[in-house]
Amino acid sequence: MTAIAPPRGTERKPSPARRERAPLALWVLGLVAVVPAVSPIVYLLWTVLRAGVTDTSGIPPSRLWSLFLSTAVLVAAVTVTTALLGTATAWLTTRTDLAGRRMWSTLVTLPLVIPSYVGALAMLGTSGNSGLITEALRAVGLPGLPVFAGFWATWGALSLWNFSYVHLLGVPAIRRMDPSLEEAARSLGSSRWKTLRTVVLPQLRPALLSGSLLVSLYVLSDFGAVSLLRYETFTRAIYAQFRGRLDVTPAMFLSGVLILVALALVWAEQRVRGRAALAATRPTRAPETVRLHGFTRVAAYAFLAMVVVGALVLPLLTLAWWTVRGISLGSPVDSVIAELVRSTSVAGGAAVVTILAAIPLAILTVRHANRRTRLLESVTWSTYSLPHLAVGLGFLIVALRFVPPLYQTVPLLLIAYVAMFLPQALSAAQIGLRQIGSSLEEASRGLGAGALGTLRHITLPLLWPSLLAGGALVFLTVMKELPATLLLRPTGFETLAVRIWSASSELFYTQASVAALVLVAVSAVPLYVLVVRDLHD
Amino acid sequence: MKRFATILTSMAMLAACSGGGGPESTPAGPSDTTTAPVQETTQAQTGPLILYSGRNENFVEPAIAAFTTATGIEVEVRYAGTGELATTILAEGEDTPADVFWAQDPAFIGGIAKEGLLGELPGDITSLVVDRFRDADNRWVGITGRSRVFVYNTDLVDEAELPATVWDLVEPEWNGRFGVAPTNGSFVAFVTGMLLAEGEETTREWLEGIAANNPVIFEGNGPIVDATVAGDLPGGLVNHYYLLQRIAELGDVPASNHYFGDGDPASMVMATGAGILAVSDQPEAAADLIRHLLSAESQEHFLGLFEYPLIEGGGTPEGQPDLDALPVFDISLTDTADTLEPALNMISESGLN
Repeated sequence: MTAIAPPRGTERKPSPARRERAPLALWVLGLVAVVPAVSPIVYLLWTVLRAGVTDTSGIPPSRLWSLFLSTAVLVAAVTVTTALLGTATAWLTTRTDLAGRRMWSTLVTLPLVIPSYVGALAMLGTSGNSGLITEALRAVGLPGLPVFAGFWATWGALSLWNFSYVHLLGVPAIRRMDPSLEEAARSLGSSRWKTLRTVVLPQLRPALLSGSLLVSLYVLSDFGAVSLLRYETFTRAIYAQFRGRLDVTPAMFLSGVLILVALALVWAEQRVRGRAALAATRPTRAPETVRLHGFTRVAAYAFLAMVVVGALVLPLLTLAWWTVRGISLGSPVDSVIAELVRSTSVAGGAAVVTILAAIPLAILTVRHANRRTRLLESVTWSTYSLPHLAVGLGFLIVALRFVPPLYQTVPLLLIAYVAMFLPQALSAAQIGLRQIGSSLEEASRGLGAGALGTLRHITLPLLWPSLLAGGALVFLTVMKELPATLLLRPTGFETLAVRIWSASSELFYTQASVAALVLVAVSAVPLYVLVVRDLHD
Repeated sequence: MKRFATILTSMAMLAACSGGGGPESTPAGPSDTTTAPVQETTQAQTGPLILYSGRNENFVEPAIAAFTTATGIEVEVRYAGTGELATTILAEGEDTPADVFWAQDPAFIGGIAKEGLLGELPGDITSLVVDRFRDADNRWVGITGRSRVFVYNTDLVDEAELPATVWDLVEPEWNGRFGVAPTNGSFVAFVTGMLLAEGEETTREWLEGIAANNPVIFEGNGPIVDATVAGDLPGGLVNHYYLLQRIAELGDVPASNHYFGDGDPASMVMATGAGILAVSDQPEAAADLIRHLLSAESQEHFLGLFEYPLIEGGGTPEGQPDLDALPVFDISLTDTADTLEPALNMISESGLN
């Protein structure tokens, strides 16, 4: 087991000498948080590994291979594209003299509120003979667009609705870059291109790798967009096996294979990253602003505008157009208030539970770091990289076989969300704890306050902003989550995501767009907490 | 943005670092005791009736609302694909919370009946429907009838080039030009019928031929019809009523339903079967629900959505031939349960899903 490398740049005062044994209560709380989250995945892998070596559940090996290839091609294409897009937007909005850089930076972050299946739905709505763009083109006598489906469409959709992760990671990385290195390289006669390759990119590498890993794991996990846009990947095949077989074993088998692929990806990223931790350098001065002139300047604006139009304006416009057209044609549109209440309460509940679960784990892993707590942390993390459809299937089977009273209940849904998204709150809490340092807590303890008193009066108030950020991230992710919700929801518990999915598969586009617009509007709130507020820090 | 970026970064790093261990390395002795808060009550005795519906909400919801108004019995409906619900019920087994299952087709509900998970229906219910549209052992009953057709875009396909039999779709002229929904209940039921009538070898040959002919794969019939109506797809294998619903909604559209001839498996007329789960704790209310679905009122609602009512004198959907005048593909719907599993395996092995 490799040691967990904490993001050192933010650590203020590691005081290993003062680390004490973790109180038993913390361990109990930590295990209560982690064990339910992990056991379904362990069970799934166990069943698969036990059966799968010899028996592929009637799935021909050639089929596995073609699924693997098509999935790998998509992951690679989207990862490279998002790396390019995100780096470009990050660089343009931090290093150049373009007007409205802060506005552009916010605008290219906003696509995060659009779940990829909503984006895919909108893509379908703009293309083909009855699409929005086709109608616009035909109105001026141009030929229409073919249906956006298959590889190219899926590639575009997943790139457009994921590159913001790379942008968000790229911006601070670019800001941190030391301009003197670049200048030294240039003054020693290195060409612009060579400088980029040998000096700039290596400094960006950790951020790019992190962003790419998040994106590639997401692509591996995506279910909604690949299904709507009809591109064959593991997740679509898992769902097809679940629907198209009587036995769940083939779907479980494919899930297990997909989980192994995800773990392999994570392992590969770790190898590539090597020992390069995030550089903690603070540049001595701000880098020189790059002035863009003439054609380059126009092209830069055009590029940003195209990205924003494609990832934000066009999908929202399509949804709005569908809504207006549908309502004016008298399409039946049910209120989505009940769905909104369910989505927000379950996302809010998941955020609260996840934060509560993250607090003891964060204290354990930061204040009492040792081999055992690191193991606990690794286990927690392992679920984060796993595709939600597979996790959902694992929870469904485990609940049915071992805890039937939990089956199809909101508590089970919450446990599954905690399993999938605990790392988001945990990492936020850990970062917060490291920034606070332990000296204040020690002072409080020295002055006679008890452990709980210190936690209540010192640690938690200082930790609050980080917890809020972690909670907001969990809220945002749960709002958008589709496949696990689809499998695990109690009967009749339709959330916004489920409503969008079912309405779009029944072709009730008006209904789907209304729900999608509400989902996007609500998701903007946590994103505001995370990004826009932070921007002004 | 810095804080968010830091969280994202550390998530990516930590995800990376956890990869070495993998989930196999759980802490010693993860006992399920922590996951299982012991609950005394298992199922509420007087909870709402639970319907697993493979039919869509638009179709089902009005009938359910009328049932609740008339009887005061609350119904919670789980909407999903028929195959998905069948797999779910089989995984749930005796623990299924469902009281009633209403499938899109006879094969899946037959499969559930075959596993012994459906109870016998009261005679007053089964006597409402003719023999050919219900289970021979009275474990499920057809609610509505639908026929398989080939929908096509009249601008893109000449009448002369329409497939005469389902075997024409294996030919090069249809390469990449038609849609199928291989995991959809109706398609699966059609394959079970083909298996019954023509045997394993022929069916496998057809499925492999179709899979090799680059069909456009959809999740359901509706999107195939929509793509055909829009002119994005020349045609596809679907059920008859989708197009009729589109015409009712949009007026004249450049698409039409094409019927295969007598004896062609693609001419299969099937029932959407409903049955009561053997473990249901409210079989009376469940039976009432099925009676309601077979009431004149509900059947008229289904007729309005262009499906065939299955009760005596239920009528014929507008613009459709009478049920008895449809092409004949003579198999027992009850027997489709026996070919369900091989059909599903063959569809999967052919590479269609």
